[in-house]
Amino acid sequence: MSGMRGRIALLVFVFPAILLLSLAASGANGFANSTRGQAHGPPAPPPHVNPGEQNQPPVVVASKPFGESYLLCEMFAQLLEAHGIAVTRRPGLGATEVAFGALRQNAIDVYPEYTGTGLIAILHDSVADSLSRDPRAVYEKVSQAFAARYGVRWLPPLGFQNTYAIAVSRSTADRYDLRTLSDLAREGSHLVAGFTPDFMGRSDGLPGLARVYGIRLRNVRPLAPAVKYRALADGAVDVADGYSTDGLLARYDLVTLLDDRHFFPPYEAAALVSPRLVRDRPDAIAVLTLLSGRLDETRMRRLNQRVEVAGEDVHRVASDALTELGLTNAPVTSATSLASDTHEPFWRYMWNRRATIGALTLRHLFLVLIALGAAILVAIPLGLALERARTAAEPVVRALGVIQTVPSIAMLAFMIPLFGIGTVPALVALWLYALYPIARNTYTGVRDADPGAIEAAEALGTTAVQRLLWVRLPLAAPIIMAGVRTAAVITVGAATLAAFIGAGGLGEPIVAGLALADTRMILSGALPAAALALAVDGMLALVERRVTPVAG
Amino acid sequence: MSESQSSPRALAAHDVVHRYGNVLALDGASITVDAARALALVGESGSGKTTLLRCFNRMTEADAGAVQVGGSDARSLPVITLRRHIGYVPQDGGLLPHWRVLRNVALVPKLLQMHEPESAAAEALRLVGLSPDTFGGRYPHELSGGQRQRVALARALAARPGVILLDEPFGALDAITRAELHETFQDVRRQLPMTVLLVTHDLAEAARLADEIAVMRSGRVEQQGTMSDLHAAPATSYVAALIARARATSAHLIPTP
Repeated sequence: MSGMRGRIALLVFVFPAILLLSLAASGANGFANSTRGQAHGPPAPPPHVNPGEQNQPPVVVASKPFGESYLLCEMFAQLLEAHGIAVTRRPGLGATEVAFGALRQNAIDVYPEYTGTGLIAILHDSVADSLSRDPRAVYEKVSQAFAARYGVRWLPPLGFQNTYAIAVSRSTADRYDLRTLSDLAREGSHLVAGFTPDFMGRSDGLPGLARVYGIRLRNVRPLAPAVKYRALADGAVDVADGYSTDGLLARYDLVTLLDDRHFFPPYEAAALVSPRLVRDRPDAIAVLTLLSGRLDETRMRRLNQRVEVAGEDVHRVASDALTELGLTNAPVTSATSLASDTHEPFWRYMWNRRATIGALTLRHLFLVLIALGAAILVAIPLGLALERARTAAEPVVRALGVIQTVPSIAMLAFMIPLFGIGTVPALVALWLYALYPIARNTYTGVRDADPGAIEAAEALGTTAVQRLLWVRLPLAAPIIMAGVRTAAVITVGAATLAAFIGAGGLGEPIVAGLALADTRMILSGALPAAALALAVDGMLALVERRVTPVAG
Repeated sequence: MSESQSSPRALAAHDVVHRYGNVLALDGASITVDAARALALVGESGSGKTTLLRCFNRMTEADAGAVQVGGSDARSLPVITLRRHIGYVPQDGGLLPHWRVLRNVALVPKLLQMHEPESAAAEALRLVGLSPDTFGGRYPHELSGGQRQRVALARALAARPGVILLDEPFGALDAITRAELHETFQDVRRQLPMTVLLVTHDLAEAARLADEIAVMRSGRVEQQGTMSDLHAAPATSYVAALIARARATSAHLIPTP
């Protein structure tokens, strides 16, 4: 009987142990700190290094997942590096709640934010009419409130506003004679809108717009930011929300409608800085402040277009911008910083990024295997325990099932107050998702294993432990493995969202590609992720065949 | 035969009561089986015969009354020890599907830490008419229904228990296979002295394999005796009707006084 015991040991102990060991080898050196905006190679060596700052932790520079935010993040990062300050990049964090949640906990140190967003989405303040036309007043208000409430500081504004813009296609504008939001209110009953869910919910979004202008649209569809302009250009919707400095507006030849009643508050862009940075790093704050007042709307729109329309590399655009502004001596000329040539064939695009994609794939695998291994170690014993305590089984399994229904992005957002951002919260979230299929299959597999055989084994004098090890577990092994395979595929998929909280992996190019409407960039993450799911599933299928007791 | 052969032990149940929730499965059932004798429990589905059988290896615990094995209370021994010394054959065989035949049959010898479990298993296979060389390495799903029940019987016998419990062991087999197994079982009984308790709904099978019959109805034993006793002096009209019906269908199997 030692043979079967060996197989069980393989399933229950050795397999996760191998996973963990292989991870210790591949993952322990940490890709976490090497994740980069577009992940195109190492940063340029800083022009000078101040030895006194060497033992300071790096400044964590982050962004939200849209083009301008990526670009500003990269500019902050390069500017700091140019002054010898070590930087860790965490671009593309979920959304306002994720990025700001991380900042106030010092999980990140700086990211570009907009005063209007701070006022409404973070302070949940209503837009007072007295404020609505005065950028200065809004900046003063958020500065004071953020310092008092969160210890977070707004550096002086960068010099441009990026307000909400309501956009229509040129043909729609001509057909209905639309130039202002008041015009839109007049023609609203003919028009279908595609708005981001964020815009539909915020008081400085659709609800306020409807109240102030009396806009009633024929239909409003929630659309993801990545597809809304495309939908607008293709005529699937007539109206969409956007950002006034958005390069994609030009790419799709869209017309923004004038806010003739000054509904939208000022959205001045500025660096938002963590309490840690305020306390410990006056040097970094001084460097970041060099950008204040230096970026006007014309320049910003032009830079955004280079990224979002011409498809140029964020790294390169940021470097050029800093050089133009005289803030760095020489442009960053990194061999791996590839300008994206839109005529480059797809295979070549992938091939040129093979090192990055390989690193991201390993990083992804690291997240998946750690989370899955930990889930196996917990969920199989849990499933076995539930079989012994069946009255508890259904409630527990159902509770794990409820976790499964929490949308990944919400789960990741819940993790931030508990674990900050980065690898740990991502692993915890992925682990929670992987528990359910494994625990459920272990429980039902062990419970439903050949009742006749188990009854006979009991009647002939086996102990409960012997029945578990000799009968229940071997008979349930294929079902348990099916649960592990389900969990593995779910985890590979969910891990792409880990990029939203700065854990890296193949989600990084997916998130960035969605933000920049760059299909190839999305595919450079999505294709390896799909291949990884197949590979992990295939590996586990081999394990499943090994632990299946009888080829019946 | 083997020096580890347990001597047959008498079985007795006195006024045993057992409830499944609100259902009274045993309502004061009593039987006695002398050592090395065979008793068949017959009756309709739900009459309590399987429940009574399972009281002897304590797969079912009596709520009231006494269950004795070898003259002492079944509860005086640790339950694991008790079960390892009582053979058991369920209707579906209950073989472990992922174990080869020899390993299945060696289960109890192994549990009892006998010297050579595999040779005890091989001997038991020969006893039920299966060649260990041919069948020892097969999986249960590679066997016919009759072969599976032979293996189940061999597993129950491998450690040479003094008592064997059979719960409709041949009920799912076709008539020819069943007849072959009846012969095998009778051969085994001639070679191995042991006390047998057999549950069956087939009175002809009971007459053929057992020395005595206990007729059960609604959780009680209506009458226990030899076939001739039941025929000559049925204790109740139910017993009389049962005998009459059985004689009508298979008269040749039931001896007349």
